Amino acid sequence: MTVVTVPDTMTPKDFASDQEVRWCPGCGDYAILKAVYKTLADVAVPRSDVVFVSGIGCSSRFPYHVSSYGFHTIHGRAPAVATGIKLANPDLSVWVVTGDGDGLSIGGNHMLHVLRRNVDLQILLFNNEIYGLTKGQFSPTSRVGTVSPSTPMGSIDNPVSPVAFALGSGARFAARSVDTMQRHLPMVLKRAHEHRGASFVEIFQNCIVYNDGIFDDFTDKEVADDNQIHLEHAKPLIFGKEGEERGIRLKPGVIELEVVRLGEGGIGVEDLLVHDETNRSLAVMLAAMAPPEFPMALGVLYCDPAPGYETLVRDQIEEAKARTPNGDLNALLREGYTWTVG
Amino acid sequence: MAGNAAIDLTSPPRQEVESVVIRFSGDSGDGIQMTGGRFTDTTALAGNDLATFPDFPAEIRAPAGTTYGVSAFQINFGARDIKTSGDAPDILIALNAAALAVEIPDLKPGGVVIVNTGGLTEKNLRKAGFEGNPLEDGTLSNFRVIAIDISKLTMEAVKNSGLKRKDALRCKNLYTLGLVYWMYDRDRQPTIDWLNKRFASHPELAAANVAALNAGHAFGETAEMADGITPYTVAPSHFAPGEYRTVHGAEATAWGLIVGTHLAGVDLVFSSYPITPASGVLHALARLKHFGVITFQAEDEIAAICAAIGASFAGSLGVTSSSGPGMALKTEALGLAISAELPLVVINSQRAGPSTGMPTKTEQSDLFQAVFGRNGDSPLAVLAARSPSDCFEVVIEAVRIATKYMTPVIVLTDTYIANAAEPWLIPDLDRLTPFPVEFRTDPEGFHPYLRDERTLGRAWAVPGTPGLEHRIGALEKDYDTGNISYDPANHQRMTDARGAKISGIADDIPLQAVEVGEESGRLCVVGWGSTYGPIARAVGNLREEGHLVSHIHLRHIWPLPRNLVRLLRGFDKILVPEMNTGQLLTLLRAEALVPAEGLSSVTGKPFRISAIEEAIRLRLGG
Ligand SMILES: Cc1ncc(C[n+]2csc(CCOP(=O)(O)OP(=O)(O)O)c2C)c(N)n1
Ligand code: SF4
Ligand SMILES: [Mg+2]
Repeated sequence: MTVVTVPDTMTPKDFASDQEVRWCPGCGDYAILKAVYKTLADVAVPRSDVVFVSGIGCSSRFPYHVSSYGFHTIHGRAPAVATGIKLANPDLSVWVVTGDGDGLSIGGNHMLHVLRRNVDLQILLFNNEIYGLTKGQFSPTSRVGTVSPSTPMGSIDNPVSPVAFALGSGARFAARSVDTMQRHLPMVLKRAHEHRGASFVEIFQNCIVYNDGIFDDFTDKEVADDNQIHLEHAKPLIFGKEGEERGIRLKPGVIELEVVRLGEGGIGVEDLLVHDETNRSLAVMLAAMAPPEFPMALGVLYCDPAPGYETLVRDQIEEAKARTPNGDLNALLREGYTWTVG
Repeated sequence: MAGNAAIDLTSPPRQEVESVVIRFSGDSGDGIQMTGGRFTDTTALAGNDLATFPDFPAEIRAPAGTTYGVSAFQINFGARDIKTSGDAPDILIALNAAALAVEIPDLKPGGVVIVNTGGLTEKNLRKAGFEGNPLEDGTLSNFRVIAIDISKLTMEAVKNSGLKRKDALRCKNLYTLGLVYWMYDRDRQPTIDWLNKRFASHPELAAANVAALNAGHAFGETAEMADGITPYTVAPSHFAPGEYRTVHGAEATAWGLIVGTHLAGVDLVFSSYPITPASGVLHALARLKHFGVITFQAEDEIAAICAAIGASFAGSLGVTSSSGPGMALKTEALGLAISAELPLVVINSQRAGPSTGMPTKTEQSDLFQAVFGRNGDSPLAVLAARSPSDCFEVVIEAVRIATKYMTPVIVLTDTYIANAAEPWLIPDLDRLTPFPVEFRTDPEGFHPYLRDERTLGRAWAVPGTPGLEHRIGALEKDYDTGNISYDPANHQRMTDARGAKISGIADDIPLQAVEVGEESGRLCVVGWGSTYGPIARAVGNLREEGHLVSHIHLRHIWPLPRNLVRLLRGFDKILVPEMNTGQLLTLLRAEALVPAEGLSSVTGKPFRISAIEEAIRLRLGG
């Protein structure tokens, strides 16, 4: 029997598995993998207590590349499998990796229910606005007009916003980041890990083959400052290049956000909205912002913890055991009327 | 039940009969199922063997007085051993016109029908499709009719209860039960205790129901009836010594799962989505949380099986249950469990199909689906329970196979088994042999698809175990490492290994026994599932007449017992009665290359003994 020693400190490298990574060169999934390695090393949970669960898609190949436990399941069903894992062992740190098709098309129903139940999972939705693995069909997050093999004249369905969907489903944690943001993404992932309950993270991921540059309107270096706002709890909603800062405030007289230029017309920081992670209505409005009119809101849009589902399940079992101690199987079979012959 | 309840209405006092079939029937709102349940418990306590058949509409509250809203409960009980709920009733109780219209064609000629005349209003008769009054127009001339205004007598019995008219009238099922208790010399006390407990928070309801029960009984004792009802006695059956109870299939399944996981030493995570007639297992287990059982009502059947698979991956035993349409939804995930080689138990309470079919009616037409119904070569084990109490043992066997061989196991029951009740010699759990699972903990030489040389089951290494971190999935795995592989020869090897693992289970199950009769000969009747009762009785009856006919009943549907082919080939003729159009038949013909013949019945009701007897006679040449 080999004695297993768990090292005290883990480095990102320790979380790499021995399996060759087979994403297309330049795929955003590589960057996300790197950020996840860094996060895992930072949060310092033993590898043996970590489980990555995925569905089917390019993104769902992810578990093969993490040296923890992993389960590559079937298309769309990772949230359900992960729920079962948590029911069986609430102590595990369980991460779900899914795509925009996997998590919001075939698996949309499971996503809704895992969020409303608030199962303690980190759910990372790699949004590339396309079906990568099946060679580039439009997805439920693709913008109207997306030309793809199945929509040669452009897609006509309205897209769904992952974070808006999550908030509508009752998620208690919703955040956003970008594959290439190697400081921001691990920070967001760490917050997701700390949060008990379902943590939903939308990661904008570039599919270099089938949808290259689809997020350039806010991820490109040239425009990032102007078209991203990095949310921080209790801080005013400010963004933009130094010297040209802008902010977000409530438009007077209507329940709508608007972008204002600081210093213009006497507008000061005190006029801006202050980010409150526990304010669901604000989170919904922030989630709806998109360039060009608004910056894309990144970071933790919403975080308002409540007990995780698996905890409540265990609590009921403990309560039942307290009410009916010594669960005797022989007595169970003799409940109600019995009679004796001979 | 072979027509031996010789009821003679003219010769008092109590007359002894060997067995009787009673059918209670009325509107869905008349409490027929509750009445049947009480009669069942009381009859079990009186020491009779019994079998029941609850038959109720799919509609929760079908419109009153309609023929499709009729609810019925049949019980066959006797001094001899009872194998089925009986072909045709000796006694029919009809609380309204619709029940009379629907059920009277089944009553044995010369049988007794107790009719509630209060339920035969003009309107009710018309709704039921009667043109005249069946009491007067000769409709019932073949039967002995006891016409009583049960509605009115019940109202009188409970008039001091303070109940509203509508609630008071609802006690008529208890009035009827009291009368039937008198006819069969049953003890009222257990029912009185039950009513007091059930209506503990509404003592006035309990009192009214007890009053109705007593009044019905008193009516039997004192009233002078036109053609004089004679009471009967049915002697206790000859049971082996021991402690007994009645049990339904759903209960026996739930208990089997708890006991089975206990014997395996694993936790039980039961994950399901409500569907008739499978929900009973979920309900039963949800009340047993104090045994540490986790029940999870998922958002659909796909999530239910996937959560069960996740639970098994994490070291519990995941179990899911469903019926036809839900089983169809679970198909893809079953493939995942087969490919990931995880233990999983799937209970299918079969109902009449295809598609939604007849949700509350029984059938056994999912055998093909269980054995073959997945994409790819995807073998798993399939077991079938023969009766309500048999579910207990079969489910324990399923847990054993699933955990030992790291495979999904499908257990087939059906609507009849799930809802019916029978007496059960309560097993002594201390005498069951444990089959503890061994989780892999040693990293030395570990990979996830490392197989046990004997069982070919792969190592069960559970997240949380240091040093055994691994990744699995539904992509093909390399035989020697468990890593993803598209190697052509490897796929052949893995497909063969998955097949060999399942067929190897045949070495670990009992050889097929012949239920009754010779091990070879002219004719053998082969059955599976809930057709056990009618086949056993039909074969028994014909053997009593001196015919040489054998009965083989299968518990293990896949893999089949090793000696089955040899056994089958020893018979000139093989008859396979099934509540489908020939699924086991096709399987046996393919596996054993024998010229078996089928007998199909898909009426939504259990097989009639007489139909099987007739098919046997035909093949024996008269
Ligand atoms: C039941 C089922 N239907 C369809 C597929 C084919 N399929 C595999 S991945 C996929 C879409 C993946 O898109 P997404 O989730 O966005 O992942 P990406 O590849 O973009 O990371 C589809 C349709 C499948 N594997 N299973
Ligand atoms: S197809 Fe797109 S998403 Fe998939 S691996 Fe290639 S670049 Fe990445
Ligand atoms: Mg995608």
